[in-house]
Amino acid sequence: MLVSVQNLHKSFGDLDVLKGIDLSIEKGSVVAVIGPSGSGKTTMLRCLNALEMPNKGTIQFEQDLRISFDKMPSKKEILQLRRKSGMVFQSYNLFPHKTAIQNVMEGPIVVQKKEKAVVQKLAENLLKKVGLEEKMHLYPHQLSGGQQQRVGIARALAIEPELMLFDEPTSALDPEIVGEVLTVIRDLANEGWTMAIVTHELKFAEEVADHIVFIDGGYIVEQGPPAEILKNPKEPRTKQFLNRLLNPS
Amino acid sequence: MLKFQKNGLVKMYLNNLLGAADPIVDWELFQSSLWPMIQGGIQYTIPLTLISFTIGIIIALLTALARLSNSKILAGIARVYVSAIRGTPLLVQLSIIFFGLASIGLVIDPFPSAVIAFSLNVGAYASEIIRASILSVPKGQWEAGHAIGMTHKQALTRIILPQATRVSIPPLSNSFISLVKDTSLASTILVTELFRKSQEIAARTYEFMQLYITAAILYWIVCFTLSVIQGRIEKRLDRYVAK
Repeated sequence: MLVSVQNLHKSFGDLDVLKGIDLSIEKGSVVAVIGPSGSGKTTMLRCLNALEMPNKGTIQFEQDLRISFDKMPSKKEILQLRRKSGMVFQSYNLFPHKTAIQNVMEGPIVVQKKEKAVVQKLAENLLKKVGLEEKMHLYPHQLSGGQQQRVGIARALAIEPELMLFDEPTSALDPEIVGEVLTVIRDLANEGWTMAIVTHELKFAEEVADHIVFIDGGYIVEQGPPAEILKNPKEPRTKQFLNRLLNPS
Repeated sequence: MLKFQKNGLVKMYLNNLLGAADPIVDWELFQSSLWPMIQGGIQYTIPLTLISFTIGIIIALLTALARLSNSKILAGIARVYVSAIRGTPLLVQLSIIFFGLASIGLVIDPFPSAVIAFSLNVGAYASEIIRASILSVPKGQWEAGHAIGMTHKQALTRIILPQATRVSIPPLSNSFISLVKDTSLASTILVTELFRKSQEIAARTYEFMQLYITAAILYWIVCFTLSVIQGRIEKRLDRYVAK
């Protein structure tokens, strides 16, 4: 098991968003997180790299890192946790003052203190992988949304994380561009990256994920293989959610 | 009656300006006064502006960071400092530092006194500009920095401040240009800068109008040059922003 999450709680003021999440992510597996808006799925993902600080619970990475949030973890622990995962944001959040390749190089150079020549090569390869070798010296504002998101993926990959986190990576994109980003994610899945993806693309989840997690009201209502959860859900709430997504109006 | 007199004076003024017997612009005086005034500018006005602004920006950055920090004590100190400087006249601050301190035995020379007063002044005003520009950078930028494993300091210096700088250039240029003009207040504490030079010559020759207009034009030339430079810097920093 690469990641084990136990009894994770998160509240914003009086609002309890996560009410005890238990989740395991196997090495090399793709976990798709689905659920209605406001269910806590994005919050859960953001807790995995402590962009949101859980109030309670533990997160464990194999044998080498175990952080309990019952009391405030140290800055060092938080950095260790963050450096284990790469994150792709819904709104890309590229650094606007840096070119595509500089965005990708920033992590390895500043955080990992790697040599510039090595990182340059690494970044070029990553941008080639996401199909942007010709755009690498452009600034984010010169790129389309899909291209920006692919740079975002390359930037997250550059720190060689053990886990890739995707927070609704295609939600801000025009429908005709969604495909180019999903293709990149599909390739990563085939290469064996461990990934957790919050998404509304049920078809994509069914095709790419090994494991589907349905969250509602701050709990994991149901989880299991795609065939089970999407085709034959047991819980009424899962059924209701899927029904509404598959038959809108 | 008053109106008539004024009209008469203005008419006389214009006649003289156009080269009548007693011209209003005394070219000889102009030539002999220009160099001392420029000298005052080069020796005092410009160094005073540059030194005070540099120190002021450092104070401003530290003050802005203190106000944005989690420490209530640091934020409180910064708040009181900004409030005290913004709430009192610059002329009074100058007088306290030069005359006030001297009267209780702490004598500071005119030039360093002026540097202290102007630096503290820039520090307070610019800290608000810097604070606002740091806050103007979207939260997602901090998160993107943290997500690739940056420490708070790395995210601040590598990601946030470069973007905040672009936002803060126009208002900081405003402060800089104001400072050029405000240094004329140092004349009151015996710094022989541009305006003090013109006062000294005017006191000798009684040509107040001509000397003060000359001083005004010199200030204007400096400030105009600075606005041109500001435009260039803004253009440079705008290269990564969608047009």
